[in-house]
Amino acid sequence: MTEAELIEHLGDLRDVQAPATLRRGALLRTGLADAYFPLDTPLGRLYVAHNERGLSAVLYAPSPEDFEAAFQAELGRAVAPRPASPRLVSTLREWLRGDRHHKLRFDLRGLGPFQQAVLFKALEIPYGQIRPYSWIAREIGRPQAVRAVGTALAHNPIPLFIPCHRVVRSDGHLGQYSLIGPEAKRQVLQAEGVPIERLRELAESGVRYFGSDTTRIFCFPTCRYNKTLTERHRVTFASEVQARAAGYRPCKVCRPAA
Amino acid sequence: MSQVNDVDVKDAFPGLVADYQDALYRFGLRLTANSHDAEEIAQEAFVRAYRWLAVHGLDSVELKPWLYRVALNAFRNRVRRPRPATTSLDDALELPDRDDLQPAQRAECTETRAELARLLARLPLRYREAVVLRHVEDLTYADMAAILRRPEGTIKSDVHRGLGLLRAALAPLREEVRV
Repeated sequence: MTEAELIEHLGDLRDVQAPATLRRGALLRTGLADAYFPLDTPLGRLYVAHNERGLSAVLYAPSPEDFEAAFQAELGRAVAPRPASPRLVSTLREWLRGDRHHKLRFDLRGLGPFQQAVLFKALEIPYGQIRPYSWIAREIGRPQAVRAVGTALAHNPIPLFIPCHRVVRSDGHLGQYSLIGPEAKRQVLQAEGVPIERLRELAESGVRYFGSDTTRIFCFPTCRYNKTLTERHRVTFASEVQARAAGYRPCKVCRPAA
Repeated sequence: MSQVNDVDVKDAFPGLVADYQDALYRFGLRLTANSHDAEEIAQEAFVRAYRWLAVHGLDSVELKPWLYRVALNAFRNRVRRPRPATTSLDDALELPDRDDLQPAQRAECTETRAELARLLARLPLRYREAVVLRHVEDLTYADMAAILRRPEGTIKSDVHRGLGLLRAALAPLREEVRV
């Protein structure tokens, strides 16, 4: 073989493509891609993405590839599979059972200030309780923006852990749900012990609040203070105006009114 | 002191990886003839590159030769470090890469190609680095001088010597094939 031939053959060695895992690994190790892992829940297999700032996405997807594509499309950056630490998995499972003893952090960078305010407010709703969309709107100082609250919750990137499912329509209907669909919302709330059907019947008959005739305080029906409220002492109200007219003040825990 | 825009580097880096991943992977593959090592070398190079760029900025270096320099250091660290002998050199020679290639490219994978890749990765380091940078990566002697930190004249003679060793190693194999 002449030197010229050898050089030509060496040039043939140029034809190489890097495997897909290389770029993903590099971005993961530099913190420029999020890591993700599958998490099996009562709703099926979900995918959870996270980075050094906290959880960044929870999505339902038929396959890891679909999840990666959806993540890239929604968040505009790469995501790479990496097994979760046992500690993170156990914290996630605790949260799903309503135990928030271990803190979770959330990466809501890409969202606007309004949506962030809505989602952080939703985080305040305790396990097993529900609030109307208008409650979030009022609490974040935008009482007219009820519809926008619905939209912001529908685009919650971290459903289940940021409990947008605990926000429902004031007429007792569940409203929309970003994760899988409305049926999943019902399933999650039922698993948390929320008596959905009974609450809807109450809402349909015009009941929005429960009051106690001993404390003269009115609450949302799922407020923890109603747990010990007996039927004998319970009064119902259709509106804040009606409750106040009867001499009741709003509960300071569930804050049904300002 | 110049201001480094951290956001610029973060935004630009994924594109930079996309632009250079084939080159650095190939560089590692031709130096080691092992696809696993090649991936590790390229990944390590990108991680180190990112750490530098995040602090000093994208304009602090002449990107292409500098990335090769970083990858070369990653390779040298790897060969210097004794590692568990789980993979032999022949392990991942050409075959694993073929899966990544298009069918048309796969057809081009000749025996010569595999044989040459194996011999290349067995050249003494000094000649191997020079030949790969010059004739596989197609870099200029000026860039190579910056990467290898040796005078151009020395590098030219290393390339020449490397080619000579390769031809000598190929000759007996050719004979065998003919017999």
